[in-house]
Amino acid sequence: MSSEKIDVRYVAKLARIALTDDEVERFGAQLGDLLEHVQLLGELDVAAVPATAQVVESRNVQRADVVRPTLDRETVLAQAPQRQGAFFRVPRIIAEAE
Amino acid sequence: MSATVSSTAAAIADAVNTKARSARDVTDAMLAHVDAVDDRVGAYLTRLHDLARAQADAVDARIAAGEKLPLAGVPLAVKDNMCLTGTRTTCGSKILENWVAPYTNTAVARMLEAGAIPIGKANLDEFAMGSSCENSALGVTRNPYDLDCVPGGSSGGSAAAVAANEAAIGLGSDTGGSIREPAAFCNLVGFKPTYGRISRYGLIAFASSLDQIGPFARTVEDAALAYDVMAGHDPMDSTSIDRAVESTADHLRTDLHGLKVGLVREFDTAGLGGEIDAVYKKAYADLEALGAEIVEVGLPSAKYGLATYYLIAPAECSSNLARFDGVRYGLRVDANDVGAMYEATRAAGFGPEVKRRILIGTYALSSGYYDAYYVRAQKARTLIAQDFVKAFASCDLIACPAASSAAFPFDSKSDPYSMYLMDYYTIPMSLAGLPAISVPCGWVKASSGSEPMPMGLQLTSPIFSERLLLGAAHAYERATNHAALRGPSVGAPA
Amino acid sequence: MTQYEAVIGIECHVELKTESKMFCGCPNAFGGEPNTQVCPVCLALPGALPVANEVAIAHMIRAGLAFDAEIPAFSKFDRKNYFYPDMPKDYQISQFDMPLTQGGVVKYWLEDGTMKECRLTRIHLEEDTGKSSHAGSGDGRIAGSTHSLVDFNRAGVPLMECVSEPDIRSAKEAVGYLEALKRTFVQLGVSDVKMEEGSLRCDANVSIRPVGQAEYGTKAEIKNMNSFRSVERAIESEIARQIGIVESGGRVIQETRGWDEVHGTTHSMRSKEQAHDYRYFPDPDLVPMEVSRDLVERIRSGMPEVPWKRFERYRAEYRINALQATQLLDDGPLAAYFDAAVAASGNPQQSLNFVLGDLSRLANESGTAVGDSKVTPALLAELIGLLETKTINSKIAKEVIDRTWQSGESPKAIVEREGLAQTSDSGAIEKFVDDVLAANPKVVEEYRGGKTGVAGFLVGQVMKASQGKANPAMVQELLKKKLG
Repeated sequence: MSSEKIDVRYVAKLARIALTDDEVERFGAQLGDLLEHVQLLGELDVAAVPATAQVVESRNVQRADVVRPTLDRETVLAQAPQRQGAFFRVPRIIAEAE
Repeated sequence: MSATVSSTAAAIADAVNTKARSARDVTDAMLAHVDAVDDRVGAYLTRLHDLARAQADAVDARIAAGEKLPLAGVPLAVKDNMCLTGTRTTCGSKILENWVAPYTNTAVARMLEAGAIPIGKANLDEFAMGSSCENSALGVTRNPYDLDCVPGGSSGGSAAAVAANEAAIGLGSDTGGSIREPAAFCNLVGFKPTYGRISRYGLIAFASSLDQIGPFARTVEDAALAYDVMAGHDPMDSTSIDRAVESTADHLRTDLHGLKVGLVREFDTAGLGGEIDAVYKKAYADLEALGAEIVEVGLPSAKYGLATYYLIAPAECSSNLARFDGVRYGLRVDANDVGAMYEATRAAGFGPEVKRRILIGTYALSSGYYDAYYVRAQKARTLIAQDFVKAFASCDLIACPAASSAAFPFDSKSDPYSMYLMDYYTIPMSLAGLPAISVPCGWVKASSGSEPMPMGLQLTSPIFSERLLLGAAHAYERATNHAALRGPSVGAPA
Repeated sequence: MTQYEAVIGIECHVELKTESKMFCGCPNAFGGEPNTQVCPVCLALPGALPVANEVAIAHMIRAGLAFDAEIPAFSKFDRKNYFYPDMPKDYQISQFDMPLTQGGVVKYWLEDGTMKECRLTRIHLEEDTGKSSHAGSGDGRIAGSTHSLVDFNRAGVPLMECVSEPDIRSAKEAVGYLEALKRTFVQLGVSDVKMEEGSLRCDANVSIRPVGQAEYGTKAEIKNMNSFRSVERAIESEIARQIGIVESGGRVIQETRGWDEVHGTTHSMRSKEQAHDYRYFPDPDLVPMEVSRDLVERIRSGMPEVPWKRFERYRAEYRINALQATQLLDDGPLAAYFDAAVAASGNPQQSLNFVLGDLSRLANESGTAVGDSKVTPALLAELIGLLETKTINSKIAKEVIDRTWQSGESPKAIVEREGLAQTSDSGAIEKFVDDVLAANPKVVEEYRGGKTGVAGFLVGQVMKASQGKANPAMVQELLKKKLG
């Protein structure tokens, strides 16, 4: 674990948050600061330690394949930021999804 | 007159169940008190007058029909990250500022089913990220014991509501200390159960493997009553534990004979200053006076708690908050294409602390860094949990501070990391999934103002030992009664 | 001139057949009114949480076992994080490094009956996205659109992702592979596999290399194929395109290409500049799955014989040809009927003839499936018995089966009552033959003049005269003798 400089713009892109230049600088410094503190974890010998998947172990939580009531469509669409008839409407998509 | 605004939940439920007072009466009085007081406290983002009255009438009808309800007529503050059908549920964020929930959180539903009356949706640090409630984008909440000080966070609104007698029980959520720390700051009992004990369905997620709902109350008994109502398996939450719940309100202890209380070497309070050190030394002595055997235990990995938490929690939240994208609900800032719409919406809708955590979380999960950060943190988490297991081999409970100071003034922790340090004592229990409670344990000179400010003693115990924990906390509270020293500066009953 | 071979891998997404969605109780049904099959969970409302569908998991295990895949003891769900309007959570619950099945082999056959194998990398379980339609461009494509409309009915439907190794070597093999997947999944009841309804979607990774070269060539990913036929055409087109590039000295670019059904070509889909960073991590809202060996055995013992095993058995035991075997296999109930008929009659060849011949014809005409008809396997066996003992001939058999289909009456009873037993009395047959020869001197002359084909006409006349009852073999023999 080295102390690298975070590419804040790249991370913000992944997270789909537009940042001002000011924010890029400010967050860059604050996150760098946090990462400095987090370096502490580098001390630990964790080679033989399993990662905690869950704090309280449980397995195989499943539900029966049964239909349950759906939400009423008007309830669903009433709070849509933009709707067109029975659909949610979004601005054009530029790139193909994976 | 029985059941005033400052009455305990137990007293109110008793009065309503025995028809000494109607739920409607209690509610009307409470709503009037809220209207008189909350403009100064700012506990509630939304006051639920109509819903409260309707609920109260429904409770009265059930009582009239012969039912007895565990929380009949008990006024309830609900942290605004919990969905309640028909109410604005904002998470203290612009991105959900006007979103009305179409379904109800399971724990809240159980409280209402038990007769509780929802008085309002309480303020919080945005998306539960913070330790002072200053990160709310929608309102300011002040500590009723000193209006120039923060109530703590992230469940600051629920804590302030109960402290100012604007509710008898407050529901909060605790991820790294967000119930325990505000409880300590506001002279209350604040309780976080074992992870998975109370359903998270309908709790707007911050960090999925850490979030737990719990009660604020003026007494341990009230907190126990609320826990007994809410706890238990929920098929709508895969992480909800399917295991019988041991009731707690009927198993409160009066002493600690036969119990061993561990004091954590690494949590020595000498470094917190003479006054605070004295408060805790006294608290530990009081535990001993109640019959507990005091032993020293070690939690050598506790010092890694902050680093561990501030990788895991942001990582999970970066994914949990992706759904706030302007497509199906909430704020949308329009743009020419959907990608630009996402970026503009989330830039405008999220406050700086939320952005910081999403960024660090995204980074910790990203390609090339996942093993070094996220996985390593999950392994450190295992070590911390193992430390507690080892410690509990030689004690039944662990006692330590809930916070390193009393409530601090607004704007006094501008550096994010100094704010993160407020979680130092509470984070390890969250990482290990342990039940933990904060109980008033003394007073210190305020940083501003002239009146003394409260401090909280944190007790924690092994997973699923809520009965032991609440029982012991009750014994301590009963013997010391620190909360009674003074009432709030705002909200004391007329 | 360099010979090239194509190297093809197929990635399929198959919607599982369940009553409800993968992580919530909304109905899993095609064709509903938009946005009516949604709830807080599949719409990703704040605070909603997923709970896994137990039948979807059982289907996965079944599918894996059908292809001899390994079913690991431990499996989990991971979040695949990316933003897209039809993904409500902006992450997809999927499986990353511990899928429900690993490895496996899909055995399939070509039209001529050649058996082929394609190894599976894995099959994992995930949830489907909603559906977006793009408006404003005039042709429904994203390029040139002004906005998109999203329907979340499909969001959260359980999805199997089957990834194959690049073992496929031709477009025809690719289709054979897909047909094997479809046949198996339909028979197991784990999916309807209807490409036209979107319950099967597939992409093909295609590359070429000179025959004999071990190194793989650069591959292109082909998307947007809507039927098995378009898969075949698209792959053929792509192979030709790549060969063309390489032969003219160029290099194939690694990219995603969409199949254009109308123009019969693939076109480059401007792929993203940077590769996706999905930031996979175990989903903390779900708990891991421990798949016990008990459960696996229970599921295995409840499974029918897988199609390729049946195919091989039919061909080996009954010596039926590939086309016939395939016909049977594509109709599960028909294959079951066939098996029962063979068991009852002990005569696979005759059983097959009737099942694929007269019985299928009657089924088509009447709209009743063979298995639902009055001709039970026992009654068919009876009829076959009559043929074996030469009590009746095949012409009569046709009549009898028609009647049994209508009435359910025993063939033996019909033959007896109506005196349909064939004549094998050489004396009687000889008389018929003599009569026919006498009545057709011209034809006899033609035959003796070298037109041996006309013998068929004469046989027909004898059968007619005997009302179909003459033993045809004897007729032929006698005719030949008399004609010289």
